[in-house]
Amino acid sequence: MRSLDLITRVRGVRGAMVVARADGLVVAEQLMEGIKGSTVAALTASLAGRLHRAMVAAGLGPSQFWHLQCEQGAVLAVPAGDGLLMVAVTEPEVNVGLVRLELLRAAEAAA
Amino acid sequence: MTTVRAVETWTLDPLTTYVTEAGARLVLLMTPAGQVLAQSGFLRAVDVMSASALGAAIMASTAELARQLGQTPFAALNHQGQRHGIFLSGFVTDRGPLIVLVVYELDVSSLGLVQLFLEQLVADLRAASPKAGATRKVLAADFERELNESLNTLFGR
Repeated sequence: MRSLDLITRVRGVRGAMVVARADGLVVAEQLMEGIKGSTVAALTASLAGRLHRAMVAAGLGPSQFWHLQCEQGAVLAVPAGDGLLMVAVTEPEVNVGLVRLELLRAAEAAA
Repeated sequence: MTTVRAVETWTLDPLTTYVTEAGARLVLLMTPAGQVLAQSGFLRAVDVMSASALGAAIMASTAELARQLGQTPFAALNHQGQRHGIFLSGFVTDRGPLIVLVVYELDVSSLGLVQLFLEQLVADLRAASPKAGATRKVLAADFERELNESLNTLFGR
């Protein structure tokens, strides 16, 4: 999938996935070895669903971008049309803005 | 919090963890014959009996379908509606082959979560299960009494 190619080309990105939001299953993935795609997909989709509901409940409207920063990297996610979620797993020193841009482009292409 | 009730107590901890982690609404652990080992979320005995009989029948049907196709039995089956999903999976432990039936709400859980934590449940059950033959055979004459005792245990009577 070309969208995933563009995301994983950004330096510091360890993998990218297209995930079905409703069931948390992997639709497409390009991941480095050691990343458990199905686990990341299921948990990220679950978290995204809850955060989305929290945002809507807070009157902030639908979520557009999630950035979960951890000690050894980050998970970035953008909702896309047709109930999809674009997810990137990155190293800590990644250019978040660039990954976000590629995720948004991928989401737009998917929609 | 939903309480897990078990006829065979070695299933209790793995199933309690699974129900919490996967956000499952109803869970039934049974043998392919429909004998229930543990349940979570069911309120009435008649529902457990129906669900176990139907779940076991579905697994038997799909196993036969797979056999006719020359395949190994299907590992899992998911049936998703608008608000709920029903997930059935078979696996083997030292206790023998078992089936787990999971009903999950799409607002709370997902197929991904149900499958993800199932791997852990199977590993935990395999680690905790008694060796085959350790369980007593149920004689036809004792069947009704055993069934009533099991249902009493499953509903804390």
